[in-house]
Amino acid sequence: MTRQATSRIRRRSLTEKYFPIILITPAVAITLFLVIFPLIWALGLSFYDYNVIRGGVMRFVGLDNYARLLSSRTIWKRFVTTAEFVVSAVLLEFLIGFGLAFLFYQQFRGRRLAMALVTMPMLIAPVATGLFFRYIFDATHGVVTYFLYLITGKHIKLLSEHAMLSCVIVDVWQWSPFMMLFILAGLEAVPRHLLESAEIDRFSWFTKFRVVIWPTIRPLVMLALLFRTMDALRTFDTVYILTEGGPGTRTELISLHLYRLAFSFFRTGEACALAFILLVLVILLTNLYLRMARRVGV
Amino acid sequence: MSRARRRGNRIAKRALLYIAVVIVCIIYVFPIYWIFCTSFKTRAQAFNWPPLFIWNPTTRNYIDIFLKRQTEIEAITGKVIELATGAEVFFYNSFMAVLGSIALAILIGTLAAYSFSRYRPKGTDTLMFFILSTRMLPAIVVAIPMFFFYRKLGLYNTIPGLILLYTMFNLPFAVWMMKSFFDEIPIDIEQAAMVDGSKPLKIFFKIALPQVYVGLAATLGFLVINVWNEFLFAMLLTEKTTRTVPVALAATRGEVGINWGLLAAIEVLYVIPAIVLIFLLQKYLLRGMTFGTVRGV
Repeated sequence: MTRQATSRIRRRSLTEKYFPIILITPAVAITLFLVIFPLIWALGLSFYDYNVIRGGVMRFVGLDNYARLLSSRTIWKRFVTTAEFVVSAVLLEFLIGFGLAFLFYQQFRGRRLAMALVTMPMLIAPVATGLFFRYIFDATHGVVTYFLYLITGKHIKLLSEHAMLSCVIVDVWQWSPFMMLFILAGLEAVPRHLLESAEIDRFSWFTKFRVVIWPTIRPLVMLALLFRTMDALRTFDTVYILTEGGPGTRTELISLHLYRLAFSFFRTGEACALAFILLVLVILLTNLYLRMARRVGV
Repeated sequence: MSRARRRGNRIAKRALLYIAVVIVCIIYVFPIYWIFCTSFKTRAQAFNWPPLFIWNPTTRNYIDIFLKRQTEIEAITGKVIELATGAEVFFYNSFMAVLGSIALAILIGTLAAYSFSRYRPKGTDTLMFFILSTRMLPAIVVAIPMFFFYRKLGLYNTIPGLILLYTMFNLPFAVWMMKSFFDEIPIDIEQAAMVDGSKPLKIFFKIALPQVYVGLAATLGFLVINVWNEFLFAMLLTEKTTRTVPVALAATRGEVGINWGLLAAIEVLYVIPAIVLIFLLQKYLLRGMTFGTVRGV
């Protein structure tokens, strides 16, 4: 009887000891199996010359894929295209987000509704966004084309003549509200009494911004910039729908290039190598992001 | 006099503010509004130049999406045949993918989040980082090996395959988001219950979970959107009958003479969940977009 009781207690404490581990096991296992395993496989493949459609023998080529990629002019061009997209989109989002944040920092009737309307693009599927804009930017019947025609008197073919600009506009439309939310969160964290004393001291608007506002919102702004940079770097859906990388390769971002390499040309080994180059870049950025997030401590 | 002028100034400022707000709202809502309008236009009206701001609306597109048979559609709309014949199939597929994957992700994710938040088992930080980093990967990077694995395992072109993928895809989000909610509730009651000898699982279900119901609902909302909006994997891993809505929409890319009215109608139905959720999730928007790392306003 006593022995039974102790064994029951021991069993119970044993399950309780492992309770936390049991809880996290499924999550960790799934992540491991479904992400890490394929990635390792892809890493292996990146050292081979392999075409999944042709099949046949896998030829070990060592670092050839990497060497070929890093020395190819095309890849660098794609990286430049990507940088062009990322930098201009993120910069515009930052500026517009700032403007929006100051607007919504004011109190006014209908603020909540207006905020909901402005942030609406954030939850809409990138595919739908891409299609929306493909229609309203259309050269022959798009409504934005029409507005531009009224203003300039010219028929501007946005999607072919200004493809990169179109992609950037769509990204900005969708994600500047995100920037706004970040900056607004920062603004609302600025201590009221500091603002008031700045008011009393009759600081100029710029001084007030530099001395009182900026120090508080800076970490959040940095975080937002990093977050958006990472996201813009991954952009695929919108651009794929909007221009499919065209005209020519004008808007072929690195993610689209990777897609083509893997699923149009089926240069599997090379695609895996490029994927890994991208991966390293993103891991570095994620690390930086988390470190900053921790410092913000929000 | 000076007071009157100051008052006048204030009114002018207010007026300016409202004008600015209205303009901003119009800019952000206009594309959505325009697609909504287009969904009530016939093919000819949708192709009109200049674009029609006033027209005789038709609800025909909404009927056509679901009811028209293939041959009839073909005669009317030309190239969107494939899309127009089975839109309900795509909505059904999307719906099943959402339902299956969020149920799994929220269950597994919440348990893990609770453990990470309360027990902090060894290596919590590393594991949390590891989990998050899988989600930060560009989708296309994981897509390449996934594509071949799915073909080998027979998961290609199946809804369960899609569900499994989205579960994995959403776990990091569920874990991080739920952890941020668990971190916020005080631990005292749980400790008291533990001293009283309650079983850990009972503490979790009876004490901890009820305190984060709101957070759970918010997390679910974001999970729905994540799955509903996902495109790349769905495109790579499905074919005609298992397509989700975004893949079907994207399939019209490159077609000449798309019936924009019909397409717009499908788009409108497709974005309705997002529009509803933006109002429900407003308070958690920033948090949801940053995996719970930024609490926001």
